[in-house]
Amino acid sequence: MFARVVWLVLRKDLTVEVRSLEIAYTTLFFAVSCVLVFAFALVREGRAPEDGAAGILWISIAFAGTLALGRAFERERQSETLRALLLAPAARPAIYVGKLLGIVALLAACEIVLVPLVALLFQAPLLAQPGWLAIILLAGTIGFAAVGTLFAAMLVRARTRDVLLPVLLYPITVPVIIAGVRATATLLQPEIDMDSVRFWLALLGCFDVVFVTLALWTFEPLMTD
Amino acid sequence: MPKWFFPGAIVCGLMFAVAPILIANAPYESTMGLVQKIFYVHLPSALIFLLAAVVCGVASVRFLFGGNPRHDRIAWAAAELVVLFGIITLVTGPLWARKAWGVWWQWDVRLTASLMGWMVAVAYLLLRKYGGPGSDKLAAGLALFGMANVPFIYISVNYWRTIHPTTDVLPTLPPSMGFPVWFTFATFFLLFILLLRMRVRLEEQRAQLDALYLSADA
Amino acid sequence: MVKRLLVAILLAVAALGVPVDTQQPEPKQQEEFLPIDQLPPQDQLPAAPLLVTAYCFVVLALFAYLISVARRLGVVQRELDRLQSDARRGGT
Repeated sequence: MFARVVWLVLRKDLTVEVRSLEIAYTTLFFAVSCVLVFAFALVREGRAPEDGAAGILWISIAFAGTLALGRAFERERQSETLRALLLAPAARPAIYVGKLLGIVALLAACEIVLVPLVALLFQAPLLAQPGWLAIILLAGTIGFAAVGTLFAAMLVRARTRDVLLPVLLYPITVPVIIAGVRATATLLQPEIDMDSVRFWLALLGCFDVVFVTLALWTFEPLMTD
Repeated sequence: MPKWFFPGAIVCGLMFAVAPILIANAPYESTMGLVQKIFYVHLPSALIFLLAAVVCGVASVRFLFGGNPRHDRIAWAAAELVVLFGIITLVTGPLWARKAWGVWWQWDVRLTASLMGWMVAVAYLLLRKYGGPGSDKLAAGLALFGMANVPFIYISVNYWRTIHPTTDVLPTLPPSMGFPVWFTFATFFLLFILLLRMRVRLEEQRAQLDALYLSADA
Repeated sequence: MVKRLLVAILLAVAALGVPVDTQQPEPKQQEEFLPIDQLPPQDQLPAAPLLVTAYCFVVLALFAYLISVARRLGVVQRELDRLQSDARRGGT
């Protein structure tokens, strides 16, 4: 039953998104612009700063993610579908997980474009270890989106929701970003220290579990009003 | 104000008068000399910073799942105190570090996590002020996530190699240093309770004002 | 159910035993003891200004907060008194 609700919510979000592709295109373009701005600002004489690629990749994901979260829930607010969702006889945590997976899917699509772009612009061997990079990106995206989905859903009815989402989101997700950047940066070294990568991945996993658990616990009371 | 408030305030004032004498009489630390005396305010304010974050988190949870507005008032007051004691910690720390470590700031785990915890509290206050109706529950949710940060800050310094002193320093303090620091901690703790009570009273008065306005309109 | 889940998670993380001291910068180790006047001038920082600034900041911050709360309390109290006296005069 839980899984069915999750699948229904996810399928609804993906169907709506695929029909217009509005959020996908705008978020992707914003992320690409972000990377380009960093490229123009930080590349000197054709050389990018050391470790720059990892940080820039994650910053772009964070900024694009904030935008996507805001847009996704703005769409729900405008069509009043959030209230309909909450009125449906479905477990609230299942609705949360469904929305979370939708956001993760959207961000994953962005990352598929961003990773080669960052690798190209900053001459970083990001694609040398695709498996590990994919796991790191997935873990980090889930952590970021877990908190983001909760806060974006919470803020749907608040007044200054556009500026409050980043204000609330970034301090909480900074540990996730730090762990993601350090893991990715370690992966970019000429000799990869796998112990270090595993450590940062374990930390990411820890944050994911804590954040998703807390979000599942508080989604119900936060959305009743 | 409750009966214990004014006697408590007087005791707190006296303790504040006595504390500098104790701190001045404490012996110098061998490697850091005079600047180590900042420790006697840095540690207590850091402990109260963490304590206030825990109080805020617990009150937020109780408000979120119980709905009693009194818990919400306590949470808001505690969040302001997190910002206050956090800024004291984050300013006295670098002033000490400039001499002891040679740098103002280091991006190690404890400092980064403390700074992020402080920013969560600032975000809480911004949300309460500008969020509009319903922001009490949202802020409670935020405080819950912020509180999860607290044990991480405290134990991080023991598990990551960092330039910040570990928590082992505390139990091994000689009494000549231990007494001033715990006395100052008691002073700050009493001040924390008094400020919390005062701030909660402000919210109680605001609620009474709102109720009066509503009944006048009815 | 959630509490059990949280406990399980904490135990699992503790059992991971992942080495945590990789990749951290070494703290500055002292190799020898130098008397302070043999340090180059830019390393000889006078401690007193830092100490005084720290304590002054603490006092100012606490004082500023106290004043802020007292002021806000005063504003609300005045408003309350005004409303209550209006109500009494209005005879409601």
